[in-house]
Parts: sequence; structure tokens; C-alpha cells
Amino acid sequence: MSEEEKKDYAESPINLEYHYTAGSATTRFLNQVKEGKIVGQSCPKCSAVYVPPRGSCPRCGVATNIEVPLTDKGCIESFTIVHIPIPGNPIVPPYVCAMIRLDGANISFLHLIQGIDVEEIRIGMRIQAVWKPKDEWTHSLENIKWFAPIDEPDVDVATLRFQES
Amino acid sequence: MKKVAIVGYAQHPILENAGALNEVELIMPVVHQLFDELGISQNNIDFTCSGSCDYLQGAAFAFVEGLSAIQTNPPIKESHVEMDAAWAMYESMLKIQMGDADTALIYGFGKSSPGRLDSIISLQMDPYYISPLWPDRVSLAAIQARVLLEKNIITPEQMITAVIEARTNSKNNKNALVTELVDKEAYLASEKISSPLNEFDCPPISDGSSAMIIASEEKAYDFTDQPIFIEGIDHRIESSNIGSRDLSKPSGILASIEHLKLEKTKFDVAELHTQFSHEVPYLQSVLKLSDVPTNLSGGPLVGNVMMCAGLDAIGKTYESLKSNDLINGLAHASSGPCLQHNMLVHLEKKS
Repeated sequence: MSEEEKKDYAESPINLEYHYTAGSATTRFLNQVKEGKIVGQSCPKCSAVYVPPRGSCPRCGVATNIEVPLTDKGCIESFTIVHIPIPGNPIVPPYVCAMIRLDGANISFLHLIQGIDVEEIRIGMRIQAVWKPKDEWTHSLENIKWFAPIDEPDVDVATLRFQES
Repeated sequence: MKKVAIVGYAQHPILENAGALNEVELIMPVVHQLFDELGISQNNIDFTCSGSCDYLQGAAFAFVEGLSAIQTNPPIKESHVEMDAAWAMYESMLKIQMGDADTALIYGFGKSSPGRLDSIISLQMDPYYISPLWPDRVSLAAIQARVLLEKNIITPEQMITAVIEARTNSKNNKNALVTELVDKEAYLASEKISSPLNEFDCPPISDGSSAMIIASEEKAYDFTDQPIFIEGIDHRIESSNIGSRDLSKPSGILASIEHLKLEKTKFDVAELHTQFSHEVPYLQSVLKLSDVPTNLSGGPLVGNVMMCAGLDAIGKTYESLKSNDLINGLAHASSGPCLQHNMLVHLEKKS
């Protein structure tokens, strides 16, 4: 072995394989997403609506057993402008990742914003899902390509805070 | 030392594969069952502590998700051990001793079905420096079984008896996973997985969860008129380097026996966290339990939820004392390969 080839470390990749299960509540949600519907679940105690639902209300510790159909409209709760390219990611920077708060939901989820100059994006902005063609729908929120602005007045940020019921 | 008692325990039916039920959906029913039985809520709990293993779920900080099963508003004091929930009980016990809490909820959960348990436990337990050595749990257990057999500390007959009794006792345990009886012929006809262990000598892959509530003496009677007191609790760990251990000398357990002054205690019942058949006669001899009904629940050989089975040994001892005319119980929890880390819990029912 030549001087250049000497290494002072050894590579030892390891991996474990799992059969991941989403949970019965998230399974109900994903089955609806496959049909192009967004159905949140609400807490029987505090009425908070979760989307995507994980099976429990983490405030009350009870199962979210009430299905709540939601629209694909909402507002931007928070966002970040991504300037750094991520290897393998086909989206060209700058682009925006935003926390999307759907109308009627009490929590937000992460998704992309497109269809607007990144400098114009702001918290409270109204947006709506842009879906992939129906024949591409799977059990994933990736059925939504991104969210795009709609011509509605901004939401007052104060109203996004959780209201004790 | 402050007196602390177990006031409640609940166990999810042990499943071979919980399928679509995620960890939160496994924990919620047992915690609610416990609260409902005692007529209380999370508001009655000062401290919450869980035991689980992120490697089982295959995600960093996966245990945090487990908290979604618990009411966390108003904010709660909580902690977690990356161990069997028996150690979550130990931490809760310390919390009560320190005067920071009077009541504690303990829960453990684990799904072994999604991954390859041999690899997962190896990664959690293998104290490697450069690269995992991948010793699997059954092969490690087999090394200890071989040592114990060759030194005549246990006999093959005792291993068969342990298996047959575990299956017979599973009828006492409504949550047992494996209930099919085994006879000597079937045992002897079974192929070795890792000699001298065959499939009957090893615990079943299990999914499940358990929960327990403990309380200081002053608070215990608010929950139940028959609390079961933790008279003594002690745990000791031996070297993580298996080669430096004498696998036939349980130095940690012997130290705990001495510390807890158990030499003269006459136990009425014992539940041992014995995952492999050879561990049953071995620990029975170390703990001098030859005349003591042991593993009446069937023990881990009929259902072995990782990160719960130790807490379950304590819980099953609690249930035995509670529902029978018995006074002293011994529970044992274990962690690590070849009974590396052991906890002894002396439970007592006050008359």
C-alpha cells in the first residue's frame, strides 16, 4: 500500500430494515388522501383538530376519534426561504417551505409554496393545494404538488393561536 | 427511606404483531385502563417516566412520540429511560425519595415485530469501538447456557421443566402470547437455534405496552386500600465486556441480595425476567427460590415485550400479592446480554 492509500479510519456502514406502520389513525387519514380528500381528526375533550392525525391528542392524551373533513385551503403559519441546494432534490433554489395551517385545523404541516416570487411570501397569506393528476395519487401528502396563493385577504396571525374551548 | 407502594398496574395483551397499531395506540389503552380502575387522571400524577428503545422504532427520539399518549396539558414533569421500564420505575422511586413527587406514572412500550430483533438489540447493547460485532441475543444467551450446563450449575432437564412450566402457567395470564402446551417429546424434537437453545428455550417476538402507578405511603391509600409496598429495590450492572465476566457468577445479583438483606426473607412468590429457559433454574438457584412459586404468569417465555418485560415481572408480582393471601414477593428485571444488569425488587403486602 502506497503512502497516499493509507487510511487512519475504516468505513463500516450499517443499516437496519423496518416494516414501518403509520398507526391506525394515520392509516384512516392516508386512505382519504389517496382519494384526494383531507380528513383531520378532532379531540373529543378539547376539540382541537389535527391534520395529519397521529392517533392521539397530545394535550389531552386521548384518541382523536372524530373525523373532520377539511378543505385544501388555508394560510401560511410560518415559512423559510431555502437558498441552499440539497443533493438529489429536483427543486431549484430559492424555494419556500412553509407550515400550512388548513382552515379548521389546529396544527400545521410542512409543505412547499410555489406560484409566487419568494420575496412576496408572508405569514397569514391565503393558499390552496395544487394537486397532482388523479392517476398519480398514492397514500401520501405528496399527492399535493405544492400550495399556491389565492386571491383572498390575509388571515390575522392572532387568530392562529390555540383557543381554549 | 420513604415508604413507596405500587397502587396499580395494567398490561396490554401481548401481540405477535400489533400491525397497524403504532406505539401511541398501544400505550393509550393501558394508561386509560389504569386511570379508570383507580378513578384518577393525569392530574393526580406528579411525575411520569417511560422506558423504551428508539432502535425498536428505528427513529431518533422516537420515545418523545410516546408522550402523545399522555395528557400533557397542563404541563407535566416527565422523564425517560432508554431501558426496560423497570428502570423507569427505579427513577420514579428516586424522584419520590428526593421529595420531588408523591405519585408517579410509569409506562413501557415496545414493538419487536417491525425489525430484526437480533440486529436491533445487538446495536443497542454491543459496546463496540469501531464497528458493530453483531453478536445476536440468542447466541450470547447460548454461550451462558453452555457455561452453566458444563459447570453443572443447571441441567438440561431443568431447562425442559422451565419451558413446560412456562407454557402451563400461561393459563394464569390473560395477556400471554404463547399458550400452547409443550411436552418433553416436542421439546427434544425441536431443532437448535443456537446450541444448546432451541425455539422453546427462547422468548417469542412480542409487541405491547404496560403501565404502573406508584405512590408515597401518605398518598398510596388515596388510590387503593391495598397498596403493595416496595420494601427494597436495588440494581447492579456487570461489565459490558462479556469476555471479562464469569458468566456462571452473578456478582451483581449477589451484591443486591446482600444489600437488600434478602438472605433470610421467605418469599411467597417470584417473577423473574428470564428471557431464556436456562436463566430460570440459574436464577432460582442464585436467589434460593427452589420452594417458591416462580413465574406463575409464564414469564417472558410466553410473552416478552422488549422494554416492558422487566416492569411486567414487577407488575405480575404485585398482582399475585394483591389477589392472593401472600405477603412477600420478589421481582427481577434484567437488561443487557447474559443477565448483565439486574434489578431486584422486594414487594410486601402489609396486613
